[in-house]
Amino acid sequence: MNIYDIVIIGGGPAGLAAAASAKDHGADSILILERDRELGGILNQCIHNGFGLHTFKEELTGPEYAARYINLIKERKIPYMLNTMVIDVSDPCRDDPDSSHCDASDGIRVSPVRKITAINRTDGLFEIGAKAVILAMGCRERPRGALNIPGYRPAGIFSAGTAQRLVNLEGYLPGREAVILGSGDIGLIMARRLTLEGAKVKAVVEIMPYSGGLKRNIVQCLDDYGIPLKLNHTVIDIRGKERVEGVTVARVDEHRKPIPGTEEYYSCDTLLLSVGLIPENELTEKLGIRLNPATHGPFVNESLETDSPGVFACGNVLHVHDLVDYVSEEASVAGKCAADYIRRIGPLSDGNDPCISVRFSDGIRYTVPSVIHPARTDETLTLRFRVDRVFRNCRIALYSGEERIFQKKRLVMSPGEMEEIRISKQKLMQCSGHEALTLKIEHI
Amino acid sequence: MYDVIIIGAGVSGAAIARELSRYELNICVLERDEDVCCGTSKANSGIVHAGYDAASGTLMASLNVRGNELMEQLAQDLDFPFRRTGSLVICRSPEDMPRLEELKARGIRNGVKDLSILNRKELTEMEPNISDDAVAALYAPSAGIVCPFGLNIALAENAAANGVEFCFDTEVTGITRADGGWLVVSKQGNFRTKIVVNAAGVYADRFHNMVSKNKIHITPRKGEYCLLDRSAGAHVRHTIFTLPGKLGKGILVTPTIHGNLLIGPTASDIGDREGTDTTCAGMEQIMKNANLNVKNIPMNKVITSFAGLRAHEDGHEFIIGEPEDAKGFIDCAGIESPGLTACPAIGEMAAGIICGRLHPAQKTDFIAERKGFLNPQTLTSEERNRLIRRYPAYGNIICRCEMISEGEIIDAIRRSPGARSLDGVKRRVRAGMGRCQSGFCMPGVMKILSRELGIPRTEITKSGGNSRIISGLNKETGYPAGGDRP
Repeated sequence: MNIYDIVIIGGGPAGLAAAASAKDHGADSILILERDRELGGILNQCIHNGFGLHTFKEELTGPEYAARYINLIKERKIPYMLNTMVIDVSDPCRDDPDSSHCDASDGIRVSPVRKITAINRTDGLFEIGAKAVILAMGCRERPRGALNIPGYRPAGIFSAGTAQRLVNLEGYLPGREAVILGSGDIGLIMARRLTLEGAKVKAVVEIMPYSGGLKRNIVQCLDDYGIPLKLNHTVIDIRGKERVEGVTVARVDEHRKPIPGTEEYYSCDTLLLSVGLIPENELTEKLGIRLNPATHGPFVNESLETDSPGVFACGNVLHVHDLVDYVSEEASVAGKCAADYIRRIGPLSDGNDPCISVRFSDGIRYTVPSVIHPARTDETLTLRFRVDRVFRNCRIALYSGEERIFQKKRLVMSPGEMEEIRISKQKLMQCSGHEALTLKIEHI
Repeated sequence: MYDVIIIGAGVSGAAIARELSRYELNICVLERDEDVCCGTSKANSGIVHAGYDAASGTLMASLNVRGNELMEQLAQDLDFPFRRTGSLVICRSPEDMPRLEELKARGIRNGVKDLSILNRKELTEMEPNISDDAVAALYAPSAGIVCPFGLNIALAENAAANGVEFCFDTEVTGITRADGGWLVVSKQGNFRTKIVVNAAGVYADRFHNMVSKNKIHITPRKGEYCLLDRSAGAHVRHTIFTLPGKLGKGILVTPTIHGNLLIGPTASDIGDREGTDTTCAGMEQIMKNANLNVKNIPMNKVITSFAGLRAHEDGHEFIIGEPEDAKGFIDCAGIESPGLTACPAIGEMAAGIICGRLHPAQKTDFIAERKGFLNPQTLTSEERNRLIRRYPAYGNIICRCEMISEGEIIDAIRRSPGARSLDGVKRRVRAGMGRCQSGFCMPGVMKILSRELGIPRTEITKSGGNSRIISGLNKETGYPAGGDRP
């Protein structure tokens, strides 16, 4: 079994940035495992532009953005395997607590070697050892079944990402007349994409009173093409036994229940679903790592390390992002921390670092990270979170006990856009005495 | 001229075909849809019932118990997934205890073995998630779970291996007497035969009534289900029934043979024989009733919902045999639950009647066994690696949720009768059956189907007919060039 210092599961934007960063921070023995036929992940099918405004200060398409990072990997000669599916990860320490890998009795920490089982056409089923693992598997789309939309189950119902793959990578048009349920970014992007390919998009239907996507996508993908966005509406019936023939849309009340009498029928041959993304943490669960029910990703600390030491997570497997730029930034932190972890193996110097947990008040769904060791943070720590409803004219405030250590004004915050604040290490070090930090949203 | 024409390639039709294929007979199965297992057989609970439900002395009761007995050997011979997991009928109030006892007594009369009544303590030891209201349960260790597709497909493949012809996309529109036999009319042509077997599910009354004056009437009784992700599959270990009511066995909660959790069915009589749509009311009923017997069901793990139609005959009994006024026409009608369990026995019985008419010779070269789809996940690492070295396609994972390889998908397509659609592949080897519900693997499976069947990807369907997945190439909108869109 080959043993690597760091094995990265997933060669999408998160995995690539993590790998480059780990290398730049001194890690040498790195391997990326990618299940698709090329590196870049979902970016390869995102042929629209708008990527990289933060990272590169230019507007790139998805494949262009991916290419920048793929070049970093190639320049650094980081090995990767394509068409390779990881089917199992196991942690000998967890499975066998007496395992000698974990012996810390003499103050020497020996990294447990996780066993990764993968499969491909040429190597068959094989095992790889990893001293540190970076989880970068991304996410999947919520399927129709998870929504319990009544009706038939004909052809013509696609998740928006599947339709995007068919159009952009395979060259096929899924249908001619479409209704899109859910206003997530992929749904909005596909509304424009289908229109450009000659299909008619009749409406984008959103059950919530606000869109799940970015403002700029609503303007550029719907408004510019005259596609109506129907907020507070949902699909209540799907007609057509073989192929979709139409859908019934109804307005919903404040409890998201359809209001009788508001039904409207749209004839269409296609229903696209853009109703949420779910981090793909099946492998994470095999390691016994605790998941956050709010994100469906693992709980992590300031180093983006899960509750299993040496296992890091970044990108959409950790929590769903809106912008790839933030994925890259987050993954760079994970890569650096994994490299630090590998270097740190040896005398336990930081086992007793104070640890602060991050709490939050009503209106906030989660924070990443959820615990912070101030001593281990970089000069600034980025705290990312999402709100659970629309807020206007408010202030984000971070408290250590009674003391407000950070504040930032925001005109509008919505669940569709991830928020972040940056706090200096110096401030965090000062509040180590307190048990918890509390993030609040305050009206001003 | 055929000896036997069987209308319907569901589990009854396939079981009869397989049983008859032991003999020197010229047999053809006519199926309206594009594949086997496209009607009632594909949308049910997948339960092998013990046999205590049906009224004693009925065909339903005897064929249930007989089918249950035969299932184990059949599963071995034909290599489809089946496991005796046992069932529990939950009693939630002491006043209902007499009804539970009555059920047990009926089971014993029907010939069900090893029935016992468990008290609450025994019950909660077996099923920690059982409802706090449960006071006792009828335990039937002989009940089990089966893959309904696997069973149907295995029977059909084995029948085909023994020479039975299958004609798909062939809808029978008429049956008339001709030359001492029958003329079976379809849009795809006419067929002459000595014997007709009517295994047409919810349409069986239509064919029966074409040939007999003694009319029968079948009502499609819709049953809706929710299927939960495999991470919820261990929530219960047995099939959990509620004490039976008027419209059937109520909402059950069961692990499936593939490790998912299944909840359903509802029961509502409808007029539309194609009405397999799910409804708001049905879903609500499932949500409401599921928790009666089992607590803490993680309903946020639902990955899909579906509906099937039971072929409910007015007399609530299997009708198997010749109508008095239509010799040579063998009904196999009213096959609702426990039809899946009973199908091996239905096959035996119907074949017996037909042999009594035609007196065929037994084949000397009958193939009694069939090899199921190779599931590489059941192999050791060494075996799997040998397989991949020989067939690299088994190393190429296409469906990431269920970890299904290209090799398995090719196997599904190259069988006879083989998969010709996405659903055909899904029913055979589970690609697309998982938590993403084919979101990721659909383009990959389409590509393999297109290559294997030698048809363009634009012709690939979800389940035959007009269920094409894509409408054409990009910019191929079907609107006149330069013209305005409607």
